[in-house]
Amino acid sequence: MQHITKIFPRIVANDDISFQLKKGEIHALLGENGAGKSTLMSVLFGLYVPDGGRILVEGEEVKISDPHEANRLGIGMVHQHFKLVQVFTALENIVLGVETTRGGVLQMEEAREKVDALSKQYGLLVDLDKKIEDMTVGMQQRVEILKMLYRDSEILVFDEPTAVLTPQEIDELIRIIKDLAAEGKSIIFISHKLDEIQQVANRCTILRKGKFIATVNVAEATNEQLSEMMVGRKVMLQVEKDEPQIGEVALHVEDLVIKAPGLSEKNKVNHVSFDVHKGEIVSIAGIENNGQHEVVMALTGLMPATSGKISLNGEDITDWSVRKRNYKHISHIPEDRHKHGLILDFDLANNFILQSFFTDKFSNHGFLNSQSIQKYSTELIKQYDIRSAKGPDTVVKSMSGGNQQKAILAREMDRSHDLLIAVQPTRGLDVGAIEYIHKQLVRERDNGKAILLISLELDEVMNVSDRILVMFNGEIVANVLPKDVSERDLGLYMLGSKVGA
Amino acid sequence: MKKLISKILNNDAFSNTLASIISIVLGLIVGLVVMVIFNRAGAWPGFLVMLQGGFSDGARGIGQVLYYTTPLILVGLAVGFSFQTGLFNIGVIGQFTIAAYVAIIIGGKLTMPASIHWIVALIGASLAGVIWAAVPGILKAYFRVSEIISCIMMNYIALYLVNQLVHDTHYESTTAMSAYVKKTALMPKLGLDKIFPGSTVNSGLFIAIIVAILVYILLYKTSFGYSLRCCGLNRDASKYAGINETRNIIIVMLISGFIAGLAGGILYLSAITKNYKISELFITEPGYGIPVALLGMSHPIGIIFSSLFIAYIIVGGSLMQGYGFPVETVGIITAVLIYFSAFSLVFKNKVNKFALHFSYKESQKTDSLKNE
Repeated sequence: MQHITKIFPRIVANDDISFQLKKGEIHALLGENGAGKSTLMSVLFGLYVPDGGRILVEGEEVKISDPHEANRLGIGMVHQHFKLVQVFTALENIVLGVETTRGGVLQMEEAREKVDALSKQYGLLVDLDKKIEDMTVGMQQRVEILKMLYRDSEILVFDEPTAVLTPQEIDELIRIIKDLAAEGKSIIFISHKLDEIQQVANRCTILRKGKFIATVNVAEATNEQLSEMMVGRKVMLQVEKDEPQIGEVALHVEDLVIKAPGLSEKNKVNHVSFDVHKGEIVSIAGIENNGQHEVVMALTGLMPATSGKISLNGEDITDWSVRKRNYKHISHIPEDRHKHGLILDFDLANNFILQSFFTDKFSNHGFLNSQSIQKYSTELIKQYDIRSAKGPDTVVKSMSGGNQQKAILAREMDRSHDLLIAVQPTRGLDVGAIEYIHKQLVRERDNGKAILLISLELDEVMNVSDRILVMFNGEIVANVLPKDVSERDLGLYMLGSKVGA
Repeated sequence: MKKLISKILNNDAFSNTLASIISIVLGLIVGLVVMVIFNRAGAWPGFLVMLQGGFSDGARGIGQVLYYTTPLILVGLAVGFSFQTGLFNIGVIGQFTIAAYVAIIIGGKLTMPASIHWIVALIGASLAGVIWAAVPGILKAYFRVSEIISCIMMNYIALYLVNQLVHDTHYESTTAMSAYVKKTALMPKLGLDKIFPGSTVNSGLFIAIIVAILVYILLYKTSFGYSLRCCGLNRDASKYAGINETRNIIIVMLISGFIAGLAGGILYLSAITKNYKISELFITEPGYGIPVALLGMSHPIGIIFSSLFIAYIIVGGSLMQGYGFPVETVGIITAVLIYFSAFSLVFKNKVNKFALHFSYKESQKTDSLKNE
């Protein structure tokens, strides 16, 4: 790809980027959110037409106008969110769209033979007759990889493939990727996890703010150098924090039960009890969909608890409304910042007052006090260093993910509260923003607030928290201190194959 | 100079307006094509007459444009207000119809001094609209029944109920219409009949404009309006913020119904000659609510201008009959315009994109100048 340029409304997403992938190479693509990685890949797949530059495959210039064309050229992608039909079997998903038929009748046996051969060749063991919905995330990913191989892809793009995996699954995936490269496939590995890039990639191209920064040989670069190139300044990779000053119990959850919706007898959250003290960061680790989401919903009042008791500073809040909990008690950085955290079509100022627009500070006899809203917003933008083109009037939709998250963080930190619930606060963010958010969480802890962190990222759990709870299948299976546990052990707890105290 | 252009191009209000104008121009062109198909010889002169609209008939014509504008502003507001808060009050027609009946009955049956008769009739009409809108509002808020379905049901109930009630209670068999309302119940003219002699424009116009301003203030300046817009733009985030959606849904429907009822009252109290015609078809005026709201981008002030435009075309269209066009053609052309008004958002994006490329190129130029 040479001199690729792509302009979007109000932003130049790719500014004269050149990127070269050698045969049999694993080439990492590194960059912050909004650096232009996704745009570059979308150009490669024909989802966007570039405003400048050209693409060459095996020395020949090609025009890629749609994803089918990309497939035909042997370019395949494993998306971060898998594109699989849940109720189809693995085999059906693999052949979907390129089925062999004879007289309109599916010829699955030929396909099965080919897939079998491929999975033996690359060590990708998958039960082809199992439905996707019954598979683990790691297995589903293998189906996605087989899908690309089945289409004879020579260039494979992995978009943040490890984000959803446990450490054990990550090891396995890295082995698979290396095997693929050894067999002559060329691989683009998109990530912002430096350790993985060190483990897997030969070369690494770094993008920053839509511009090409450098292509380096990974073996010759340190993590510190890579992150500096990515962020444009020196970054602390380790979270610096002192011993916690643990105070009295702030949040007390007792025997919380949440039934699964529908007729299912199973409880999504099964008799869970735990405490969070003032001045303490407690994290709940676990693989997605093991009840963490429901615990948060119950704590914030967005979903009723079936039974059990939630109290905050000794007060029973189980039956409080969302607004009452929000008001001076609980701050909540939600899991999905676009769905819950922000109103994307509003400007920053209007988003800052989302929970407190009716208070005397921003409202006067029912009329919004635009002066004080503007003043407050300007302060927050300055204090939290939120990059926005038009200050308080910036429409949030036009901001980068990291700055959107900073805006939520600013709002939730600044509102008075006793408990901060942060759900995957760094998801999809770059090293610089992650560092910043972790620092803020620690600062908040040192101010004596209770913090409940829900995260799927083991690094984050190990680095930031003072105590770790692991949830599996709706229950808390471990309650440990980070210094007493290895990432490997945590992985085992998360998979339910180990139960601790 | 270039900088100024790029600044103007990037202005939101400007791109909104430009997008609406592009929609209108394209709609007119397609409308002309339709006219050529119907009647080649009369197409061009007919088209010109339509464009001249109200102006071709002097002060009376302008007055008539304003007269048609009045209910359009209100029904447009009723629909646009519900749009902005994430609801779709398609029941404006029913609320309008039932309100018209209440206005006719109060205006025709009761005896009161002129200074208050029309006010009482208007209040009665608005309340009727409120009641009619409350039903779908409550169903939506408490039972999650789609307001679109229940509104359509309420529309038919209103139509047949009012047909029956007019026939039974206040009927003039010679015209097959409702009987007259009393002179005391007619909307005051406030001197508008002096400025636009021969037209039926009345003080309802001022009421409509005041309501538009009030809706604007409510939506954009009050904390309640803020919470309504939150619900409209992102229901999940509103829930997360602790905003009481159930209450908001009901209040929005009540206000929307109030405005629709006001429109029905004002129209049927506008002149002694304006009577309710018993028919299997819905009244036409409230049907313009959706296109008016769309063309005005659901913004209260935009709705005033889109109402003016549609009213202008209606008056112009009625003059086209002199060139051999059936009155239905006018309907087709307005429909085409309306169809294009739905594309306003598409054009808005195009305008934005153009503005962006323009500013990008400019900044490149200034950058290279700096470098030299």
